[in-house]
Amino acid sequence: MIEMIDVSKTYSNGVNALNDIDILIEKGEFVYVVGPSGAGKSTFIKMIYREEKPSQGSIIINGADLTTLKEKHVPYLRRKIGVVFQDFKLLPKLSVFENVAFALEVIEEQRDVLRKRVMEVLDIVKLKNKARFLPDELSGGEQQRVSIARAIVNNPRVVIADEPTGNLDPDTSWEIMDILEDINRRGTTVLMATHNREIVNTIKKRVIAIESGRIVRDEMRGDYGYER
Amino acid sequence: MKGRTLVRHGKEGMKNLGRNGWMSFASISAVTIMLMVVGVFLILILNMNHFMSTVEEDVEVRVYVDLTASEEEQKELEEGLNQIDHVESITYLGKDEGLDELIESLGEEDRAAFESLRDENPLNDAFILQADEPQLTEEVASQADKLPHIDRVDYGEQVVEQLFNVTNVLRTIGIVLVLGLMFTAMFLISNTIKLTIVARQKEIQIMKLVGATNGFIRWPFFLEGLLLGVLGAIVPVAAVMAGYHYLYDNFAERLRLNFAELLPVYPLTLQVTLVLLGIGALVGVWGSLTSVRKFLKV
Ligand SMILES: Nc1ncnc2c1ncn2[C@@H]1O[C@H](COP(=O)(O)OP(=O)(O)O)[C@@H](O)[C@H]1O
Ligand SMILES: [Mg+2]
Repeated sequence: MIEMIDVSKTYSNGVNALNDIDILIEKGEFVYVVGPSGAGKSTFIKMIYREEKPSQGSIIINGADLTTLKEKHVPYLRRKIGVVFQDFKLLPKLSVFENVAFALEVIEEQRDVLRKRVMEVLDIVKLKNKARFLPDELSGGEQQRVSIARAIVNNPRVVIADEPTGNLDPDTSWEIMDILEDINRRGTTVLMATHNREIVNTIKKRVIAIESGRIVRDEMRGDYGYER
Repeated sequence: MKGRTLVRHGKEGMKNLGRNGWMSFASISAVTIMLMVVGVFLILILNMNHFMSTVEEDVEVRVYVDLTASEEEQKELEEGLNQIDHVESITYLGKDEGLDELIESLGEEDRAAFESLRDENPLNDAFILQADEPQLTEEVASQADKLPHIDRVDYGEQVVEQLFNVTNVLRTIGIVLVLGLMFTAMFLISNTIKLTIVARQKEIQIMKLVGATNGFIRWPFFLEGLLLGVLGAIVPVAAVMAGYHYLYDNFAERLRLNFAELLPVYPLTLQVTLVLLGIGALVGVWGSLTSVRKFLKV
């Protein structure tokens, strides 16, 4: 599903963000990526949806080798990967419905399929009754649920989330986790970078710990493992 | 691409135009000014070319026979002229007819003075040659000049060359002006579109994240540029149409009396319209594509 072989990443300014990463994530897994700030978690995630290219090694997603993937095929890779961010990345002038529909519009989905599918995912994130609201009229947790809805609306095989609860209060964070677990139960692989010790220690999943660009620990049902 | 998608891109493009109202206005104005100049120069140059080709058709070579040549020598000369390549016709113009022609072309006052020359006609007998193609006139003239018993050879050299020079100068001024204005317009258009792109950077980033192709993202900007260019062509097209109509209606007759002929309103104005729309569209699209390219590398 997601495989990295000897991957290293050095940014053009010389920062060595990741070193010798070897990892295999199977279909249907739920994986936390933990580590202190600046460890390389975001870099790790960006390489999966090809926002960054590795300087060395190869990355294989759904059987396609990203290092040899042609630029014009990148959009089709991204349609199979849903991405969720700490800052939601919603368009402020579009309603909840339109923000989610946006992901289907740009891949030219048929109108009636689009409408049906958007309402389906709004149901999954429990926002069906707020479809006409603007992002400003929603709480932070609700906004993050919209962005999750957008990430899953075209049925991706993987959802990757970079600190999805980073801007949210604890109660809201649990709501988001409920939804991510629900998505994972439906068969989607979920990969989530996080700082949230409580979540990692409570909802036990596979934990990959990164420190200074190296994987220092990879445990099934692991702990957060750092003292604060 | 689906029709619905094209409509969506069109709407986006229009929205962008409105969003950067002033910059759009500046870009459209720049295109308008540029196309005005293009239009005026096109009309001038096309008419000059037309005028030149009509003048060239009338160009003839006059071979003046040496005053001392005997009748035999004159016959010999005529035979020589007959052998020159590319001569379509040879007409003999005796010195008496030559004087008639001259007197006829003069004003009333001078006529009397020249009438008195009838007895001692100072003119030469002449042969008038017409080349089968106007461009070969010079060649025919120089061939004729090599023959014996000739006083001199004249042809409309000066007229044609002067016309040619004027047209060349016009063309050069036109091209320099138009190129300068074209780059100004392109620069403004690409900056207008850059504003749009910056305003929509977040949107573009999200589009790329959810898997939009570069082509899909480019379309609205492409249409915005096209629209800026084509909107800029409207005023120049109208001005050229109306202006040339007016010019033609009021001056064509008067110019015809001076042996100059204006090109008819149709198809000239239609051709110029197409050229103006084409250049407008080209500049618009070019401007937009140069600014979009950099932003798509995400
Ligand atoms: N675009 C970039 N250009 C240069 N250096 C970067 C870039 N992004 C991240 N870095 C550097 O790479 C290292 C890892 O960053 P990041 O992957 O964002 O870590 P994390 O998400 O774990 O906080 C940091 O030292 C950071 O400064
Ligand atoms: Mg990060």
